[in-house]
Amino acid sequence: MSAPKVGEDPRIRDIMSRIRVVPDFPKPGIMFQDITTVLLDPKAFKDAINLFVERYKGRNISVVAGIEARGFIFGPPIALAIGAKFVPLRKPGKLPGEVISEDYELEYGKDCLQMHVGAVESKERALVVDDLIATGGTLCAAMNLLERAGAEVVECACLIELPDLKGRERLKGKPLYVLLEAH
Amino acid sequence: MEESKGKEDPRIAGISSSIRVIPDFPKPGIMFQDITTLLLDPKAFKDTIDLFVERYKDKKISVVAGIEARGFIFGPPIALAIGAKFVPMRKPGKLPGKVISEEYSLEYGTDKIEMHVGAVQDGERALVVDDLIATGGTLCAAIRLLERVGVTVVECACVIELEELKGRVKLGDKPLFVLISST
Repeated sequence: MSAPKVGEDPRIRDIMSRIRVVPDFPKPGIMFQDITTVLLDPKAFKDAINLFVERYKGRNISVVAGIEARGFIFGPPIALAIGAKFVPLRKPGKLPGEVISEDYELEYGKDCLQMHVGAVESKERALVVDDLIATGGTLCAAMNLLERAGAEVVECACLIELPDLKGRERLKGKPLYVLLEAH
Repeated sequence: MEESKGKEDPRIAGISSSIRVIPDFPKPGIMFQDITTLLLDPKAFKDTIDLFVERYKDKKISVVAGIEARGFIFGPPIALAIGAKFVPMRKPGKLPGKVISEEYSLEYGTDKIEMHVGAVQDGERALVVDDLIATGGTLCAAIRLLERVGVTVVECACVIELEELKGRVKLGDKPLFVLISST
């Protein structure tokens, strides 16, 4: 059951209505929040991007980092609109150049996120974008990569938060902005 | 050596020079065309998108299909600017809902690309977007998937073409538009 955040902009309800919940994906018991149906509605997709752009324009953000792969859908339009560079954060072995890597914990086992060396410079102000925050493990790894390169993470931005998984608490005190919550 | 197609728009030189070539990735002998450096240049990235948008905005295109994962970076900004829906085409097992799949040949073995059932409608006009066309295998599979459900593929659009690999020939009568041809 989705709910918009406090101070709801009227566009949010429309975006929320476009999200499709797919039960038992990727495994039994998980109610997967499918954003591909938002992308099928040009107005809802545009509204989602605009909500982020309105928030971040004029805040001297020079880097938008997007987490593979759904962060690649939302990050670039935001970057383009605010005049920032877009930096893809990827699973191991995908980026062709020299990378820095950050390991992080999964429910079972570990995973790893990588960023190109030289993509960000010291003291740049960065946004991290993904479609959804669950446990916050991936976003935390993303933040670590950017900070190791000397950037300042201004905020993490997602369409959806699963607040029951407390991902917000794993962001090392950095702010999180989401359009809506799902339970 | 890179050259631009047709009569060169002045923006193309800047885009071309922003692309980084990485030797021996993913394996020895391959000169990998790395577009992540293009994304680090907000003007080059914006110009890239603008060149596609100018070409497609009056062509009544209602669907932009982007191939995972780098097609997710270029497709959505184009879709948003021309008022089309964005449809991600993904590796197996990534899309949560019911899918249709199309198999295609690799140098050794086969791979598959998937699209959500219901994402597109019979009679829609589509663009297929990826960062680069090499052999054309993935693009052809994407075209077949869309045509199977009654969509007209108007054109394939890539930033880079590797001419030597003759992907254009593999696309047959389907038009291909690229910004940069690399030999």
